Amino acid sequence: MERNQMHRQIANTRKLMFDQGYLDEQFIQLEELQDGSNPNFVEEVVTLYYRDSARFLSNLDQALEKRPLDFSKLDNLMHQFKGSSTSIGAKKVKTECTHFRNYCNARNAEGCKRTFQNVKKEYTTLRKKLEAYFQMSRQVGPVETAYASSVVVCTIRYDTIHSLHLNIIHSNLPLRRCAARSH
Amino acid sequence: MSIEYHEEDVPHVLAVDDNLIDRKLVEKLLKTSSCRVTTAENGLRALEYLGLKENQQQNHFNGKGTKVNMIITDYCMPGMTGYELLQKIKESSVLKDVPVVIMSSENIPNRINECLEKGAERFMLKPLKLSDVLKLRHQLIKCSTL
Repeated sequence: MERNQMHRQIANTRKLMFDQGYLDEQFIQLEELQDGSNPNFVEEVVTLYYRDSARFLSNLDQALEKRPLDFSKLDNLMHQFKGSSTSIGAKKVKTECTHFRNYCNARNAEGCKRTFQNVKKEYTTLRKKLEAYFQMSRQVGPVETAYASSVVVCTIRYDTIHSLHLNIIHSNLPLRRCAARSH
Repeated sequence: MSIEYHEEDVPHVLAVDDNLIDRKLVEKLLKTSSCRVTTAENGLRALEYLGLKENQQQNHFNGKGTKVNMIITDYCMPGMTGYELLQKIKESSVLKDVPVVIMSSENIPNRINECLEKGAERFMLKPLKLSDVLKLRHQLIKCSTL
């Protein structure tokens, strides 16, 4: 019974990240690339993203200390970070990156500094959520993780199937991966 | 334009991108589409691999002796852009017929036209989707068994 609850919790955690706009369709693209030969692909890419991001954010921090600001350099750095963020489906982070680049183009120093705080805040929030999500998935174990990331629940009671089906559509889970077993 | 290859069953693609995440992604997308992949982190490394760097002897095959069936490159790269890399490839008598695909996160019509006019096979917007890469592989690389 506990295992089912864990599955449900993982699926809900994942769904919430989409519903609240932290992740977008690109994250699902990553999940679709995960397979038997690469069962931890999504987590690997996301871990690389953390490493890469630490570097970009640190460089941006330093560049924002300089006087006068080199807007071209700032824009270049943010272009890189935005690219990585887009590639993993980090929706809110991507939006803040775009705001930052707009301020760069407008050569608005205050705007840049302000939005950069938002970029860092969104990145930190997303990272915490993803770390919690992957940790939960790992606890459940490798075989179940494949289910947890793409199926709402492994065992479904018939009287709840209708509401479950709505959940699946709403969270844009790939339908072909859904499985329902009766007890 | 499609390239026919004889030596191997699996097409060999050179993927060039300075962004670590994108490099890992495009590699996975291509491998999932049944391609063998070599990655390069910038234009210079790509040219080295292709045997096109200045002062390198022009061979029929590149330095490693393995033929490349397609090159897919990011546009915005430090030092040498994807466009400049495309130029160098098209200037080479050995490699001018290898299809080159340009990727970019920015949808700039002038940029797209420029690349296509220079001979890029295709211009694709990032992030790439698996369906795009599968289509690309199917359309650009024809398998021929002798």
